[in-house]
Amino acid sequence: MPKVKNEETFTDKIARLGLSNETLIDMLRTMYLIRQFEYMADRLYALGKVHGTMHLSAGQEAVAVGISKCMKKEDYLINTHRGHGHFIAKGADINLMMAEFLGKENGYCKGRGGSMHIADFTTHNLGANGIVGGGIPHSLGVGLAIQMMKLGDAMAVTMFGDGASNEGTFHETMNMAALWKLPALYICENNKYGMSMDVARATAKLPIAQRAEAYGIPWYVVDGNDLLLVYETGKKAAEYIRAGNGPVLIETQTYRYFGHSKSDRNLYRSKEEIEDWREHKDPIKRFRTQLVDAKIITDEAADQLDKEALKINEDAVAFAEASPDPDPSTVTEYVYA
Amino acid sequence: MPEISYSEAIRQAMWQEMKRDERVFLMGEDIGRYGGAFGVSHGMLDEFGPERIRETPISEPSFVGAGIGAALLGMRPIVEIMFMDFTLLTLDQIANQAAKMHYMFGGKATVPLVIRMPGGSGTGAAAQHSQSLETLLMHIPGLKVAVPSTPYDAKGMLLSAIRDPNPVAFVEHKLLYKTKGEVPEGDYTVPLGVADIKRKGKDLTIVTSGIMVMKSLAVANRLAGEGIDVEVLDVRSLRPLDNDAIIASVTKTGKLLVVHEACQTAGWAGEIMAVVSGSSAFDYLDAPMRRLAGTDTPIPYSRGLERAAVPQEEDIEREIRAILKGKY
Repeated sequence: MPKVKNEETFTDKIARLGLSNETLIDMLRTMYLIRQFEYMADRLYALGKVHGTMHLSAGQEAVAVGISKCMKKEDYLINTHRGHGHFIAKGADINLMMAEFLGKENGYCKGRGGSMHIADFTTHNLGANGIVGGGIPHSLGVGLAIQMMKLGDAMAVTMFGDGASNEGTFHETMNMAALWKLPALYICENNKYGMSMDVARATAKLPIAQRAEAYGIPWYVVDGNDLLLVYETGKKAAEYIRAGNGPVLIETQTYRYFGHSKSDRNLYRSKEEIEDWREHKDPIKRFRTQLVDAKIITDEAADQLDKEALKINEDAVAFAEASPDPDPSTVTEYVYA
Repeated sequence: MPEISYSEAIRQAMWQEMKRDERVFLMGEDIGRYGGAFGVSHGMLDEFGPERIRETPISEPSFVGAGIGAALLGMRPIVEIMFMDFTLLTLDQIANQAAKMHYMFGGKATVPLVIRMPGGSGTGAAAQHSQSLETLLMHIPGLKVAVPSTPYDAKGMLLSAIRDPNPVAFVEHKLLYKTKGEVPEGDYTVPLGVADIKRKGKDLTIVTSGIMVMKSLAVANRLAGEGIDVEVLDVRSLRPLDNDAIIASVTKTGKLLVVHEACQTAGWAGEIMAVVSGSSAFDYLDAPMRRLAGTDTPIPYSRGLERAAVPQEEDIEREIRAILKGKY
């Protein structure tokens, strides 16, 4: 299977990928925006301001930003429960996300969905899913609709975790997507744990992506914390898909810093492991260092991006807190269209 | 009006709607050359081609999920599940996904998906191909459940279901497929959520659905010779349930018998009785409400056993007489 080489210099690479300085800085900005959103979510929870649960993606930002950069606005996103980052990277309004997170009437889903079910159909975000593997087959119908309604070269981009790759829907979907040559990009975010279950204990043969071989689908395994590698692989896959060749599976190997959800006490992994990823493999640090070394951004300017990201999130919290709660008398609305 | 079979009526609805609306397509197992396990889609492959008569591998959860994805983008998929029993494989997609999206996304998503499923016993197919699982489905907010009993209702309700912006479970009783009835050739709809009095009567109300409508009517017509006047109310939809029609009928007759093929315990007869007992109709009851349902068993194979597991005409007659005599 194709392997992506990663030996050239950073400067050579950005030239080859045709990425402008402006785009690169924007990618860093978006990663900060996601990171600060996740930190803010964690803080709000610690402050007792969050009613429900959440699944934070801090540490996985390069997957969200790298893949979203390969997407056109016509493309459809089918998201996971750990989906804040993908949603932000696809251009979501942070205010409306935060309002939804705090259960407000003017949140993306009017406070009915919360963190796990953020959706925005106007931007082709078909929603995050609380059932592991539950959203994967929706990509089949989206792909069929793109083919049958002749929606140009749009594609369905489906996010799911290492855990979901052990659901039957993953395998069924791979098979049908390949049979029907659907315009579908499948991104397995392997963050090493399905809740507490180490991927190596859950999966008989690694890497996960090699399973695509059985379905005749091209597959890649990439360092999911290497932003430009994720982007480059996604871009190659997108070109293949848009040309009508059928689906592609990319496994992005990454790591989540926070626990699975708010109840997680991290009993299944060591502090040292988490620290090692944070210190040595962090996708934001890594990309920032590359940009600074290549003199695309200064340290000060990068710090400023981080600060702005924090400010945007602080403003979003203020917006959300000033927003009304849903009226309890409306509890039965929206059951039927 | 031409007389056609129940399965022809369903085919006619799909056929005409696919002609009228290019967003409509059919998906499922063996629905192409084979014509579907019960022949309902016979001939449609030649007319519409393999893209719109899309045969799937045996992957029920994911082809129902595929229907959801297509519906989210504005298509009008009809998914055929070969036997209602296999619906159990797909409950995540039906209950957690299709039925919840409109609500949990704050009203922004619509899932205009029809899931057709042949249910019921009587074919000697035993425990895993004979169930009546509609009670499970009507317990899911966001899902509509249609249980048509006649060719006329089947066509009109299927057209309503396809045009409905919500997911609809469309339950077809296998023994009804060959039954015949008058069906207009043109376009018409029978609304979901509206019950139908299949036989007017004044002495006792039978609330029922599907194949049990036919059995109840046969009994009612026989008893008419003895001066017993039974009203047969066909619910037609289990969700939304036409509470008003049930209350009105029981108010008129003062007696209620609910008949369904599904197992008795926690079956939908209990829901009907709760509707009546919580309504003004309760004051008009002059006998205990009774239910006649399938036995709390898997459906057995052997003919006599299978027959014993679901209400038969003689059981319905016995219940009616018991209620009228006040002896249970």
